[in-house]
Amino acid sequence: MTPVINANNSDNKKRWSQAIAFTIFKMMSYAVVAILFLILGFIVTKGIGVISWDFLTLAPEEGMTKGGIFPAIMGTIYLVLGSSLFSFPIGIMSGIYMNEYAKGNKVATFIRIMTNNLSGVPSVVFGLFGMSLFVNTMGFGDSILAGSLTLGLLSLPLVIRTTEESLKAIDQSYREGSLALGATKLQTIRKVVLPMAFPNIITGLILSIGRVSGETAPILFTVAAYFLPKLPTSIFDQVMALPYHLYVISTSGTDVEASRGIAYGTALVLIVIVLLVNLLANALRTYFSKKVKTN
Amino acid sequence: MKRFIEKLVEGALLISGSVTSITILLIVLFLFKEASGLFNKPVIEEGYVLALNKSNPVKKLTSYQIKQIFDSEITNWDEVGGKEEPIELVRLSDMTNYYTEEELGAEFENIPAKASELTATHPGIVLFLPKQYVAKKFDGILLDHETIQPGDFFGGKEWYPTSTPSSQFGLLPLLLGTLWVSLGAILLSLPFGIAVAVYLAEISSMRIRNILKPVIELLAGIPSVVYGFFGLVVIVPFLQETFNLPVGETALAGSVVLAIMALPTIITVAEDAMRTVPRAMKEASLALGASHWQTIYKVIIPYSKSGITSAAVLGIGRAIGETMAVLMVTGNAAVIPHTLLEPVRTIPATIAAELGEAAAGGAHYNALFALGCILFVITMIISISVEFISSKKYNK
Repeated sequence: MTPVINANNSDNKKRWSQAIAFTIFKMMSYAVVAILFLILGFIVTKGIGVISWDFLTLAPEEGMTKGGIFPAIMGTIYLVLGSSLFSFPIGIMSGIYMNEYAKGNKVATFIRIMTNNLSGVPSVVFGLFGMSLFVNTMGFGDSILAGSLTLGLLSLPLVIRTTEESLKAIDQSYREGSLALGATKLQTIRKVVLPMAFPNIITGLILSIGRVSGETAPILFTVAAYFLPKLPTSIFDQVMALPYHLYVISTSGTDVEASRGIAYGTALVLIVIVLLVNLLANALRTYFSKKVKTN
Repeated sequence: MKRFIEKLVEGALLISGSVTSITILLIVLFLFKEASGLFNKPVIEEGYVLALNKSNPVKKLTSYQIKQIFDSEITNWDEVGGKEEPIELVRLSDMTNYYTEEELGAEFENIPAKASELTATHPGIVLFLPKQYVAKKFDGILLDHETIQPGDFFGGKEWYPTSTPSSQFGLLPLLLGTLWVSLGAILLSLPFGIAVAVYLAEISSMRIRNILKPVIELLAGIPSVVYGFFGLVVIVPFLQETFNLPVGETALAGSVVLAIMALPTIITVAEDAMRTVPRAMKEASLALGASHWQTIYKVIIPYSKSGITSAAVLGIGRAIGETMAVLMVTGNAAVIPHTLLEPVRTIPATIAAELGEAAAGGAHYNALFALGCILFVITMIISISVEFISSKKYNK
C-alpha cells in the first residue's frame, strides 16, 4: 500500500511544480511582450498628436520648440543611402567569397572571426574611429561622406552574415547541376545561386537599413549637426539626423520642456521607421518564398 | 579571356572579404595611436610651469598630487615626500599680494624678475606661472617636463578633464560605473531572458511562438536613443518617486534600460542553444518517468549551459558598449559609485558626452581615445570568450 501512496504523492508534487514553473515562465514571457507594448504604446499615444504634414515637412523653429523635423528626416535618408552604397556591395561580395570560393577553409574562418569581432565593437568606438580616420586623417571634415562610411562599416558585419546565411541555405545540388551543364563558377553564381538567395539577402539588407537609421553614437562626431535648417548641397556638408535630433532636444536643447512634444513626435517617427522596416522585411520574405516555391 | 574575368572577380571578392579584417586593424591602429599621445602630455596645463624653491627636495609631482595641492587637500610638503614645511600656493594673480602694482610694472614687465625673487625667498612656495613669465636665470626649480603616467590613467580615482592646472584622467570611476550599470542590467535581464527562452523553446505552442518571436525581434530593432528617451521620461521619474531620490538619473535607471535592451540578445542565443538539445536525450528523460518540467531543468538547461553562458556574456557585452541610452538616464557624475541609486558615468557615455568639446590633439582628446581602447579591449575579450565558450561542447 505505502509505495503506491508515495508514488501518488510524488506524482502530485511533480504535476504541481510543473504547473507552477510553467505559469511563471509564461507570465515572464508575457511581461516581456508587455514591456514592448508599454514602450510602443507610450510613444505612440504621446507622439501621435504631434505628427502632422507640417511636422514632417518643415524645419525646426524657435530653438527647436516649434516647427518640424524635415531636415532630420532627409539627413537620415541621405545617411542610409550613403552607408548602403558602401556596405551592400562589399558585404554581399564578401559573403559570396566566404560561401562560394572559400567555403570551410581557413580564409573563410578567419573572415568570419574578424566579422564577428567587428560586430561586437561598440558603436561609440566606431564613432571615435570614424572621427580619427575619416574626419581628421582623411580630411573629410564633419560630412555626409564621413558619416556614411562610418555607418557603412558598422552595418557591414550584418550584411556579410545575412548574405552568407542565405547562400548557405541553397542546396549544393543546384550548383552541381549548373556546373555539370558546363557553366563556369561565375555563371553559376550569377544565374543560379544569387537569384535563389536574393529574397533572403534583401531581407537582411532591409533590416540593416533599420539598424543604420537608428544609430546615434557613430554620427555624433562624424556628421550630425545640432541645427541646420537647409538641406545639404554636397557630400561634404553636415546634416541633421533623426536619432541625434531626438537626443539633443530631449537632453540639451535650448528649452527641454518646451521641446518635449517635438521629442515625442521624433521618437514616434523613428519607431515607425523600425516597424515599417520589419514589416517590409517579413512581407518580402513571405512573398519571395512563395514565388520561389511555385517556380 | 573568360578565365581571366573569373580570376578577376574572385580577386575582387577576396578584397571585399578582407575589408572587415582591415577595419579591425585600422581601428586598433588609430585608437591606440591617438590614445598613446596621452602619455606624452605634460601633467600641468600646456604653456605653464610650476616653480619651487631651490631648497625643496621634491623634484616631481604626480598629476593627482598637483590637483590635491591646488584643492588645498595637501597643505604640507611632507605629504608628497618633502620636508616638514607648509605649502605656499601662489598663482599669477596672487602676485599682487606680495608686490605692489608699481613693482610689477605697468606692462607687467617686471613679473619674471619678481617671480624669480619670490621663489628664491619663500622655501614652501609652489608658483603656477605661464611660461612667458619665466626669467632667463630663474632662481628655483621648474617642474615642466613631467608627463602623464600610465598609473595616473589606469589607477586614477578622479575624472576631471577640465580641472586646472592639472586635468585628472582617472579611469577607475568610469570603469566601475560601467561595470555597476552592466552587472545590474544582466542581473535584471538574465532571469527573464532564460525564462522566455525556455518558454519559447519548450513550452509554448508553435502559434504563440510565431507571435512572440517577431515581437522580440522588434524589441531588438528599436533604436537605443528611443530607449534612452523612454527611460528619461518614464523610468527616471518613476525611480525618483519610488525611492524618494533627489535625482532619478541613477545607475539603476541605466541598468533597467539596459536590461530591456539586452533581453533580445539573451533570449535568442539561449533559445537557439536549447533547441540544439538532441531529441533522444529529451525522450529518454521523459520515458524514465520524468515530467516535462523535470526534463527541462535536469536535462535541457544543463545541456545548454554553454549556450546560456554565451547569452549572458553577449548580454553583458551589449550592455557595456551601449552609449546613448545610458548617457541619457544615468546622470553622468564621474564619481566612484557606492550604491545603484547614485548617478554614475560609464565609459561610452563619457566619450559621447565629451568628445565634442575636447580639442583635437589635446590631452583630453587623447584620454577619450584611451577610453575607447579600454572599451575595444573589453569587447574583444568578450567576443573571444564567447567563441571559446560556445566551442566547448557538453561532455559529462
